[in-house]
Amino acid sequence: MTGGGQNTGRAETAAPAIELKGISKAFGPVQANKNISIRVQPGSIHGIIGENGAGKSTLMSILYGFYKADAGEIFIKGRKTEIPNSEAAIAAGIGMVFQHFKLVQNFTVLENVVLGAEDGALLRPSLAKARDELRSLADEYELRIDPDAVIDEIGVGMQQRVEILKALYREAEILILDEPTGVLTPAEADHLFRILRGLKDQGKTIILITHKLREIMEVTDTVSVMRRGEMTATVKTAETSPEQLAELMVGRKVLLRVDKKPATPGGTVLEVENLKVRDHAGVERLKGVSLTVRAGEILGIAGVAGNGQSELLQVLGGIAHGTGSVRLNGTELDLTGRFSDGRSRRAKGIAHVPEDRQHLGLIMDFAAWENVAFGYQGDPAYNPTPWRIDNAAIRADCAGKMERFDVRPPNPLLAAKNFSGGNQQKIVLAREIERNPELLLIGQPTRGVDIGAIEFIHQRIVQLRDTGKAILLVSVELDEIMSLSDRIAVMFDGRIMGERLPGETDERELGLLMAGMDSAPGNGRPALETVGGGH
Amino acid sequence: MDTMPRWADVALIPLLNLLIAFVLSGLVILAIGENPIEAVETMITGALGSTYGWGYTLYYTTNFLFTGLAVSVAFHARLFNIGGEGQATLGGLGVALACLSVNWPHWLVALPVALTAAALFGAAWALIPAYFQAKRGSHIVITTIMFNFIGAALLNYMLVNVLKPAGQMEPASGNFPPGASLPTFQDIFAFTGGTLFRGAPANITFFIGVAACFLVWWLIWHTRLGYAIRSFGQSEPAAVYAGISPVKITVIAMLISGALAGAMAINNVMGEAERLVLNSVEGAGFIGIAVALMGRSHPFGVFLAALLFGFLYQGGAELSLWTSIPRELVIVVQALVILFTGALDNMVRMPVERMFIAARLARAEAKRAKPAEAAE
Repeated sequence: MTGGGQNTGRAETAAPAIELKGISKAFGPVQANKNISIRVQPGSIHGIIGENGAGKSTLMSILYGFYKADAGEIFIKGRKTEIPNSEAAIAAGIGMVFQHFKLVQNFTVLENVVLGAEDGALLRPSLAKARDELRSLADEYELRIDPDAVIDEIGVGMQQRVEILKALYREAEILILDEPTGVLTPAEADHLFRILRGLKDQGKTIILITHKLREIMEVTDTVSVMRRGEMTATVKTAETSPEQLAELMVGRKVLLRVDKKPATPGGTVLEVENLKVRDHAGVERLKGVSLTVRAGEILGIAGVAGNGQSELLQVLGGIAHGTGSVRLNGTELDLTGRFSDGRSRRAKGIAHVPEDRQHLGLIMDFAAWENVAFGYQGDPAYNPTPWRIDNAAIRADCAGKMERFDVRPPNPLLAAKNFSGGNQQKIVLAREIERNPELLLIGQPTRGVDIGAIEFIHQRIVQLRDTGKAILLVSVELDEIMSLSDRIAVMFDGRIMGERLPGETDERELGLLMAGMDSAPGNGRPALETVGGGH
Repeated sequence: MDTMPRWADVALIPLLNLLIAFVLSGLVILAIGENPIEAVETMITGALGSTYGWGYTLYYTTNFLFTGLAVSVAFHARLFNIGGEGQATLGGLGVALACLSVNWPHWLVALPVALTAAALFGAAWALIPAYFQAKRGSHIVITTIMFNFIGAALLNYMLVNVLKPAGQMEPASGNFPPGASLPTFQDIFAFTGGTLFRGAPANITFFIGVAACFLVWWLIWHTRLGYAIRSFGQSEPAAVYAGISPVKITVIAMLISGALAGAMAINNVMGEAERLVLNSVEGAGFIGIAVALMGRSHPFGVFLAALLFGFLYQGGAELSLWTSIPRELVIVVQALVILFTGALDNMVRMPVERMFIAARLARAEAKRAKPAEAAE
């Protein structure tokens, strides 16, 4: 099961920048890390790839002093080092850039960089020193940034740069980045990779944690694969392939492309015209969206998270209110008032697999069977009398759904929180798809889902399409959008930037649209450089 | 997998909590120079040693059943109804108005009317905070506390200005008509010769309380409404996704909760005092919170917890009667029980959970070791 070139990164130079020997860590009965050993050469980019829950973040948290390993040793530059807390990690020259930035939103860049690393009680000398330092770092690593910009007002790409600068300011020699591209547009991600290569050239060591194969292939020198808490292989990136890595991650061969016939779209099912939604603070999140979805077709909505896709799903699913016009098979849907709720939507044949299944789609403390009735608790099949709910009937229904959707373990009595992400999603999917809806709204269908389950979920979505149902798919994973959609609409800042056919576009073009730029020629590459600092 | 077997969660942990509370109480009694063993004996004989003692214990238990269930139902919707005191006060007012309105021919006629009045008044008193919570986001803890005070003031006003018979000094209503007198345990067990439960206030309401336990259990776990209440309690955004209206569920859950708290008045006003007096609830509304916490909001747990607090109440009264332990110490014991079963629950829970996990790991280890041995 392991790859050809196991541990090829060994013994090129004297002391590895980081060496972990036999690291183990358990949380209660869950063994998050099992006897993990790894060597990272100085001045290299080392990728750690694995499915969600494979133990990547736990391993890095041990390295950064958040958790104490149950067993094992850490060597930094050949010296055995104890890392009981993050101060010790920083002192050892380790810097960490978290997936969710740890920045003070209303401080300036400079203040954030200095925070926690002040030289004394007085701020002014520290700030002045930091300002000089930032300038030289900017020149050295192509990390230009306005030190007086307030974090609130700069884009996520810039915020990430601040995190990197924070680590460099603390003289980090080893930089760990945890899923750094999750919030970035493809262009911003490209820029990040350029920065990382620059850092590498200056002799820094970089550990990149990700579950995206493409990033690993693009930027790393060596890659370690984790699966179920174990390190299954360490290989040179140049000597491996995405297919091999995927197989190592999952333990079997995986179809990376969705197998599907061309769509045969029928009549229009969903017609959205000039849809506007304001959030609780009164900010307009949808600024006049118009789109249509036809029967037997998957419309994919691409975009960086937070550009209105969530609001679109919510207003169609009856969670948020809006203005404009939404027609389902020609009938106007209420967008405000008592008939704009989730129950009315379901009655009209709209099923909704929400983006956030842990907070919306499921009740984590409810058993699987209780979750199977969720949203359909009024179904006559579950209610023998107007009052009574027939628990036994729901349990039986749940058992059937679990079998048909291959939910593991197939135990209706188990609480939702005890299933893995993929199996949780299968429960939601079974509930919504088996209603045979006219329109399926589906958000981030495979977020936090392991690769094995992704295949299955994609197949089910395509199957539903093939029975002539309309599907509106929202995903921040471009690969998913590209492979599943029959048509792609790109959202940016509450608007549809444009529609493309998957066969006639590429990631670069979609990326430009996602960043709010028209992809017309002459408006391309040069503009790209400003993306990071945008909005 | 859950970290603990269910029996540990519902039985072992509350028992450990109780044990700690009792041990600490014993230490306090020791510290003031009394004998804790003797104190326990006095409490047990006083509360459980005779049918008379049982009659009081079960009377208090009935009060706590209603208020405990009231808090539990609201808990399932994640609403912290600490207005049981006020709702029960208003329930008493409803009972008094119902009982005094007609010269009732028989308690069987009076009871349904009085029960309805009690529930309606209690529910109405919960409705206002519920509405403000649902529509305006005014926190229900704050508003229900305020309504406890308003309820007490309203009762005061009604007793002094409306219900007090002319010429009477005491701010209390007149006595209810004999036809509104509920059978006590003494009446019920009269066929045995008439010495059982003599003089004790426990009455037929106890059985209504037990029935209420079953009703709440059925409501919460076997009706669509209960499903909606629990869903909303677990996660409001998820409930909205499922098409469950937060406003509706907040109001309905609080109405049921208020009705249950109000129904307590059948026991203390109609069953025991047979007239309405000031402060008739005597803190049972607050004890209901502890009962619901300890009973984990499950009607069966609420029943056991209500029984325990009934015992503590009656045993405590006996304690101050027969020993030189001051009455206030009983409140200390009750407070310790509430503290350990409610507020400090995690203090016991976490180590026990760790114990179970360690035991499971050891078992798994042993299982792994065995085949290895066999292989050798």
